[in-house]
Amino acid sequence: MGQFFYQLVASLGAAVNANVQGLGRVCTFMLSFFYWVVRPPFRLKLFFEQMYSIGYQSLFIIALAGAFTGMVMAFQMYFGFQLISVDSLVGPVVTLSLAKELAPVLTGLIVAGKAGSSMAAQIGTMKVTEQVDALEVMGINSHQYLAVPRIVAGTLALPMLSAIFLVVGNYGSYFIGTRALMIDEAIYLSKLSEFMFIEDIAHGLIKAFVFGFVIALIGTYFGFQVSKGAEGVGRGTNQAVVWGMITVLMLDYILTSFLVRIL
Amino acid sequence: MSEEIAIAVEDVTKKFGELVILNHLNFKIPANKITTILGFSGAGKSTLMKHILGLLKPTHGKVSVFGKDLGTLDEMELREFRRNFGMLFQYAALFDSKTALENVAFPLREFTKLKDSEIREKCKDLLLSVNIQEESFNKLPSELSGGMRKRVGLARGLALSPKIMLYDEPTTGLDPITTKMVNDLIVDTQNKYAERGMTTIIISHDVRATLEISDFVAFLDRGTIVEYSTVEEFRLSKNPLVQEFINL
Repeated sequence: MGQFFYQLVASLGAAVNANVQGLGRVCTFMLSFFYWVVRPPFRLKLFFEQMYSIGYQSLFIIALAGAFTGMVMAFQMYFGFQLISVDSLVGPVVTLSLAKELAPVLTGLIVAGKAGSSMAAQIGTMKVTEQVDALEVMGINSHQYLAVPRIVAGTLALPMLSAIFLVVGNYGSYFIGTRALMIDEAIYLSKLSEFMFIEDIAHGLIKAFVFGFVIALIGTYFGFQVSKGAEGVGRGTNQAVVWGMITVLMLDYILTSFLVRIL
Repeated sequence: MSEEIAIAVEDVTKKFGELVILNHLNFKIPANKITTILGFSGAGKSTLMKHILGLLKPTHGKVSVFGKDLGTLDEMELREFRRNFGMLFQYAALFDSKTALENVAFPLREFTKLKDSEIREKCKDLLLSVNIQEESFNKLPSELSGGMRKRVGLARGLALSPKIMLYDEPTTGLDPITTKMVNDLIVDTQNKYAERGMTTIIISHDVRATLEISDFVAFLDRGTIVEYSTVEEFRLSKNPLVQEFINL
């Protein structure tokens, strides 16, 4: 029995130790980003390539997800609100949900799955094929060359994608609300302007900004951690997606509890 | 060896935790010659190479390149200093999203102020000098054979006219004909750039190629140099480990 508890505590301690070390490595990686992001050369071409990859190439899927989320939300709210005769509030409730919560979080989850995995796979492949070493031997800091443009682009692209999610989601909700559910157009729009404020949109954009930074940081971090060939690339990619998504959800709670107090 | 010294490794020890990878290494690599660091897998060859490049710092001792102690250089100075090196990696390590020509152009775009047209001209000359024909200039690495990739990697390594050219296992995984071609290329490159001064260092476990193309051989075993001599002396070495390796 004593041996069992000894082993339990030992394995628990080892797990905590490994996680704290991992967190330490992520923090060091983040500090390295802040060190290199303000130092020349500023590789704008790489930044725009990443904006294209993370932002533009995610547009369609974000718009599609936004449209259907808005449409489904309108349906769900309508049938609930109808029971208490406040169906005219469908517009503002859907928009508020999208602006403060669904747009940044769902955009974050989609980008973590799409761009976060791609970053980890690209950098991981470069690592196992010695392309990262080749950069270092040439005297180029691989973090500055590979991580900085991706993290900056991720941080700036996510609020834009989230805004697009919000706009398209609103159109979806408006379309279903006024065309399928027959809510009066004038009432829908007047309630929207009555309950929506710029702070609500800022709330979502701030979240998206933080999510973008964290997703790109995690994606590039796991890329640089890759070792042991193709299997390592697969594991790194998988970890980037899993940790990217979990971090988005955890940060969402922390940011919400903070932002509702200041906005 | 009264020649100019390119690299001096003085009492270098490298430990990772309790594990000793390099154990009090002492040797000097002469300039403008071909020196091969030979040894079994896991002997510490790659770790030694990383010390020469300043990518790792020794636990004890120092590495000097052309008289400059790498330990005294900060991160930025080291990066600047590394431009004295060109390197051909084991599997060429070409950037897979760039064409052959763009791979060679990469260091020139990063570190020179040459115009695009000048860069392209220089890259074409470099690629032609390593026997890559014009029709392959715009091919991606995945479209090139193993030997061609190595040649493009060599052209990229030579782009900034390095003082020291490093080859990491240049013939590993190649067929005998391509191996001979790569070996000839190493010798040709050394001869071609010898006038303006270039030192070649090869990391290898290919004893046959080493004896064919090297001027000096350092034999590394379990983190220690067990033999360091000219090729002729190396062949005649009485060290049983060396003889075993030669006769494998």
